[in-house]
Amino acid sequence: MMAIGLVKSESYVMYRIVEARNVGLNIKQFVVEAPRIARKQRPGQFLILRLHEKGERIPLTIKCSDPDAGTVTIVVQAIGKTTSLLSCLEAGDSILDIVGPLGQPSEIESYGTCVILAGSVGTAMALPTANALKRAGNHVIFIEGARNTDLVVFEDEVRQASTETYFMTDDGSYGEHGLVTKKLKDLLDAGLRIDFVLAVGPVPMMRAVAQITTALGIKTKVSLNSIMIDGTGMCGGCRVLLGNQSKFACVDGPEFDASLVNFEVLMQRNAMYRDKECQSLRQFEEHKQGELAQLRADLASQDAHHA
Amino acid sequence: MHDSNPLPLKDRMKIARMPMPELDPEVRSRNFQEVTLGLKQSAALTEATRCIACAKPSCVIDCPVGVKIKDVVALIYAGDFLAAAAKLREDNALPAITGRVCPQENQCEGGCVLGKKGAPVAIGNLERFVADFESESGLLGLPAIAPPTGKSVAIIGSGPTGLSAAGDLVQKGHRVRVFEALHELGGVLIYGIPEFRLPKSIVKTEVDNLRRMGVEFETNVVAGKSVTIDELMQSECYDAVFVATGAGLPRFLGVPGEHLNGVYSANEFLTRVNLMRAYNATDYDAPVYDCHDRDVIVVGGGNTAMDAVRTARRLGARTATLVYRRSETEMPARREEIEHARQEGVKFRMLTNPIEFVGDSKGWLIAARCMKMELGEPDPGGRRSPIEIEGSAYLLPANVAIIGVGTTANPLVQSSTPDLKTTSHNYIVADPITTRTSKRGVFAGGDIVTGGATVILAMGAGRKAALSIHDYLTTGVWESEVCS
Ligand SMILES: Cc1cc2nc3c(=O)[nH]c(=O)nc-3n(C[C@H](O)[C@H](O)[C@H](O)COP(=O)(O)OP(=O)(O)OC[C@H]3O[C@@H](n4cnc5c(N)ncnc54)[C@H](O)[C@@H]3O)c2cc1C
Ligand SMILES: Cc1cc2nc3c(=O)[nH]c(=O)nc-3n(C[C@H](O)[C@H](O)[C@H](O)COP(=O)(O)OP(=O)(O)OC[C@H]3O[C@@H](n4cnc5c(N)ncnc54)[C@H](O)[C@@H]3O)c2cc1C
Ligand code: SF4
Ligand code: SF4
Ligand code: FES
Repeated sequence: MMAIGLVKSESYVMYRIVEARNVGLNIKQFVVEAPRIARKQRPGQFLILRLHEKGERIPLTIKCSDPDAGTVTIVVQAIGKTTSLLSCLEAGDSILDIVGPLGQPSEIESYGTCVILAGSVGTAMALPTANALKRAGNHVIFIEGARNTDLVVFEDEVRQASTETYFMTDDGSYGEHGLVTKKLKDLLDAGLRIDFVLAVGPVPMMRAVAQITTALGIKTKVSLNSIMIDGTGMCGGCRVLLGNQSKFACVDGPEFDASLVNFEVLMQRNAMYRDKECQSLRQFEEHKQGELAQLRADLASQDAHHA
Repeated sequence: MHDSNPLPLKDRMKIARMPMPELDPEVRSRNFQEVTLGLKQSAALTEATRCIACAKPSCVIDCPVGVKIKDVVALIYAGDFLAAAAKLREDNALPAITGRVCPQENQCEGGCVLGKKGAPVAIGNLERFVADFESESGLLGLPAIAPPTGKSVAIIGSGPTGLSAAGDLVQKGHRVRVFEALHELGGVLIYGIPEFRLPKSIVKTEVDNLRRMGVEFETNVVAGKSVTIDELMQSECYDAVFVATGAGLPRFLGVPGEHLNGVYSANEFLTRVNLMRAYNATDYDAPVYDCHDRDVIVVGGGNTAMDAVRTARRLGARTATLVYRRSETEMPARREEIEHARQEGVKFRMLTNPIEFVGDSKGWLIAARCMKMELGEPDPGGRRSPIEIEGSAYLLPANVAIIGVGTTANPLVQSSTPDLKTTSHNYIVADPITTRTSKRGVFAGGDIVTGGATVILAMGAGRKAALSIHDYLTTGVWESEVCS
């Protein structure tokens, strides 16, 4: 029989939320304990999390990390069931599983003049790359877009991460009236020479940016939000079409050369589960408090089990 | 200690092979319960009596890990099932699993002399019987654990290769920690092979047993991303690393239309259904594209394709059709799976190969354009190669197409460990006996070295690695055949 002294407790990792705050309409920022990820994260990388035993795995960009504190910061926009449930969590709650950092880091070079276009929650995703580009000595122009003033997020951090900053709202309720692409065109019309463009946001926005900049031969990257499961290249569900080549967004991306991306296929594939997702969100809305209570009870019993 | 077989040889050979009880095909094609129910004790005893105890048992030679089948069978007919289990475990760390999934017809049972004239001894079914008996008895004894050696081993990947190595190494007194990328342990046994063929509870029992033996597990760690091999050895002070990451990268056909909605890799389809439990969509969140009342085709002829097509059937597909470019004789899947699939109403379209997927205006799959094939000369592997019949293209209606034509090496460890020698196909180069790689202290085995193989070969590789790692940790000598 075994020597008792040898039994090592299993390393049971709880991903505890140490800070949670609303940063915009339905947009929430979390600081979460995830020491391994915090040590390795580079700008442009993401993580995949799962909230409970029956939950799905969803990818979220890592906004920043603190290797000493062992924490990562994520920002989530509640659009479906999983993101809505996550948004109900508060400091002191835990997340069941977090894996990362995944994907290729952004390529940080000294390009010259960089323009970053981001739409609301995309702003959080673009911030780490903007910061790194600025630190690498680039002139960074950040154009943040949002539907209205309630969705303008991280204004101060955006200003800090850029040398020139513009805010655009669809209804003109904050900053200038119009889409981010309008500002991009204005800058180009004014004769600005752009060396590098990064667009992060809804697919139609990224496609519109790509149409403008790649025609001018400007090096342009877009961050593709395809549907993912494992994030390690194992399922192929996240595949995107680049020219006539298939690439896996989770391991080859998520940032890709915009001139090659087939945006129609990306939109078509992202619609794959739309009916199911809507149904599942409706059900969640009806049972929100119950689901949240259940989630907390499950995590607590797990915690007790491993204590 | 035990009675010898009471029957004369002649009489033993007259006993018919005991059939494996199975769920009714009509019922099981609509649920995910295990198809085979296991031999009853009386049937197992009778089946064991059939063995003629050959002087040179060819069954043992044809088992990839040399399970002492003759001795195990003798212990079964003597009624000492726990001793039989212990004998089995001398060579096979995962008998409840291999008893269920080994391609016995090509291995132990393929070698059994009784097979020459009639049906071979049902070695797989007996193996499963003994292993299940052992675990249900609750008498699954923990092996003796040697005193701590002070050495520690990191194992990357929790498939059968990693689990087998972990069990052996912890028994030798080493500290063992298994790192797994996914949130659940077991590798292909969990995310690939479906519940109806290998219940998850069986894999869980094995994992729990390892835990009780002192093996540590850390899920959600992607080696190469969350931590590199060098960091494990330097900052985390592991004395050796065993890479058992498997060959899990899906291959696609590379034909037009593969990005259409409704086209899946078998890995994605099976992962959604198994790992994420999409078969229980009322309770679980991850969706799988609705197979209910749809036409589903699965491309391929191996176990993976067979698992996918039978899964689609269970999700309520109107038609579930297996499309394979060779003929049934060349199909690499286990015979039993092919039989079961046919009973469950799976349709087989042999000598057929998709050359394009066709979608509607919104990008949803509606059909596969297929070519009819004929078999030509044998290829270097000995299988006759399929040739397209000119002008034979036709449309096969399909709302879901699942590609199960094989997988390749998981790449993340290799790309982050430049001094690890790899083949041109990105498999890790390791000595077949010692499992040593080109990097000091790093060993590799299982599918990541051999390419997609079998559970029993994976298990064997894990145990070989454990021996070799123990040797290295105790002697400190590193002589690698594959020094770069
Ligand atoms: C690399 C990457 C980084 C991302 N970073 C962020 C981020 O920092 N903040 C943020 O709020 N969102 C981010 N997203 C999007 C986020 O993953 C989805 O909003 C989330 O998965 C939706 O889950 P849900 O259950 O709430 O909604 P669902 O009801 O499942 O879906 C709503 C929408 O999200 C899309 N979606 C569904 N499942 C997935 C999935 N597994 N992966 C990707 N998209 C999916 C669907 O196409 C649908 O349009 C990122 C996506 C990717 C691929
Ligand atoms: C659908 C299907 C059905 C099959 N049916 C049969 C059958 O009936 N009989 C049979 O004998 N064989 C069968 N096989 C083959 C058999 O399952 C494999 O040969 C066997 O599982 C290989 O074991 P492994 O441990 O080497 O790899 P795997 O089982 O693939 O395990 C590798 C593990 O490593 C993890 N991993 C990968 N990369 C990393 C990383 N960077 N960091 C951390 N973890 C990582 C993976 O997530 C996985 O859990 C089947 C395979 C499939 C896919
Ligand atoms: S391990 Fe597989 S091949 Fe060997 S005896 Fe058992 S079932 Fe047969
Ligand atoms: S070959 Fe068949 S009959 Fe002979 S010992 Fe093995 S199982 Fe028994
Ligand atoms: S998420 Fe599975 S391969 Fe990218």
